[in-house]
Amino acid sequence: MGSMKEIFNSLLLKELLKGMAVTGKYFFARKITVQYPEEKTPQSFRFRGLHALRRYPNGEERCIACKLCEAICPAMAITIEAEPRDDGSRRTTRYDIDLTKCIFCGFCEEACPVDAVVETRIFEYHGEKRGDLYYTKQMLLANGDRYEEQIAKDRELDASYR
Amino acid sequence: MDALMNFGQGIFGGIWPAVWTLLKIVLIVAPLMLSIAYLTWAERKVIGYMQVRIGPNRVGPWGLIQPIADGLKLLMKEIVVPSGANKAIFIIAPMLAIAPALAAWAVVPFNETLVLANIDASLLYIMAITSMGVYGIILSGWASNSKYAFLGAMRAAAQMVSYEISMGFALICVLMVSNSLNLVDIVHAQDQGRFASWGLSFLSWNWLPLLPMFLVYLIAGVAETNRAPFDVCEGESEIVAGFHVEYSGMAFAVFFLAEYGNMILVSTLTSIMFLGGWLSPVGFLPDGILWLFAKVAAILFLFLWFRATFPRYRYDQLMRLGWKVFVPVCLIWLVVVGVWMMSPLNIWN
Repeated sequence: MGSMKEIFNSLLLKELLKGMAVTGKYFFARKITVQYPEEKTPQSFRFRGLHALRRYPNGEERCIACKLCEAICPAMAITIEAEPRDDGSRRTTRYDIDLTKCIFCGFCEEACPVDAVVETRIFEYHGEKRGDLYYTKQMLLANGDRYEEQIAKDRELDASYR
Repeated sequence: MDALMNFGQGIFGGIWPAVWTLLKIVLIVAPLMLSIAYLTWAERKVIGYMQVRIGPNRVGPWGLIQPIADGLKLLMKEIVVPSGANKAIFIIAPMLAIAPALAAWAVVPFNETLVLANIDASLLYIMAITSMGVYGIILSGWASNSKYAFLGAMRAAAQMVSYEISMGFALICVLMVSNSLNLVDIVHAQDQGRFASWGLSFLSWNWLPLLPMFLVYLIAGVAETNRAPFDVCEGESEIVAGFHVEYSGMAFAVFFLAEYGNMILVSTLTSIMFLGGWLSPVGFLPDGILWLFAKVAAILFLFLWFRATFPRYRYDQLMRLGWKVFVPVCLIWLVVVGVWMMSPLNIWN
């Protein structure tokens, strides 16, 4: 008896009509497309975009060349060389991030004991050659200087969750 | 009209009938090509809407220039011929695919008089011509000298041959009840009966007394045009793009045109055979070509709706549906219609 019912249902295209009712309903649903350049989705303060190297308020760079970020980076995108500076403090002579290798996991940010390397909310940047996306220490420090206000604010918002 | 005839006669003399026919062909094919272009746009919009997106909207208002931009892009692209391919057949195959899709329009009536060739066996002609479409697909798969293309061609061949049978049976029922192979007569036959005399002619169209055949024809039509959910010969997830995997540029575009042209053709035929062609659904509105266009548009929307809804049939399910469901249903309904016509309850005389 059950199989008769099954045959009857399939001949009446019952399930197919059910499926079409679903898509038919969504045809009239409100569309959720975000028109990107004109509209943007809201960003979290934990957004992981372009990297930056921060400084202390007195202008001293934060990075102490501990190389934890280089060690943890799963994509091996970070290259660091360090030497003692004239005043005896340990500082990097080279701090490069290859953004073509970077997977934006944020591990470098988490590994950093002095909050030196951070990921900003900036995601609209590009390079016209492969080399353009190889960020050197100067470029990363410049990013930090430029977006420090936003970076500091985001760190503060996140602080209570840490 | 007479003035135009005389004018043409004056300029072209003896070859005027040929020129006049060519002119009529252009008048059918040019709007058809435009419809095909905008069907691709409509498809992207409809499927987008059903997926809660908005579809193309950047090129022109509502993305209306999009199909033209796509066409230009395909025109500019290189046609790559694989080194192992049979070059002649590789180039001929897309033409073989699109030629039947266009040739079938020769006998399609848009209203009583607006038909290029009002021949008596137009239904037979349609069935013969549409069956040719599969050669383009088989040959393209064969000539490409590629595994996936070949698999796609084999699938297409088996599928289209199977569904042709149930499609043919459905049409046999139509020609039984309308007692004619002429498409104009088939439409006229749907305009008579009790409901038509009450002014409710949409109830006397073939779709109601032949409802199972209508559904079989519609679904077999989707399968014939290799549309989702019966697009196993393209089957992106299994065989990349099937028979046209090696095609690029305009050669690919021609396959695309053929597919969409066939969609419009099958929709038009369904409207003519089962939905009363250009007839108005109710008595107080005049008949006209706009009714045909509205019916075709509605069925095309169904095609797009199917594609947005159903996942692809597995190959064995597709064969099972064709042979073990549609063919028996057709055979049974054929007998039912035959007995019905011989009984006192006959509604078609």
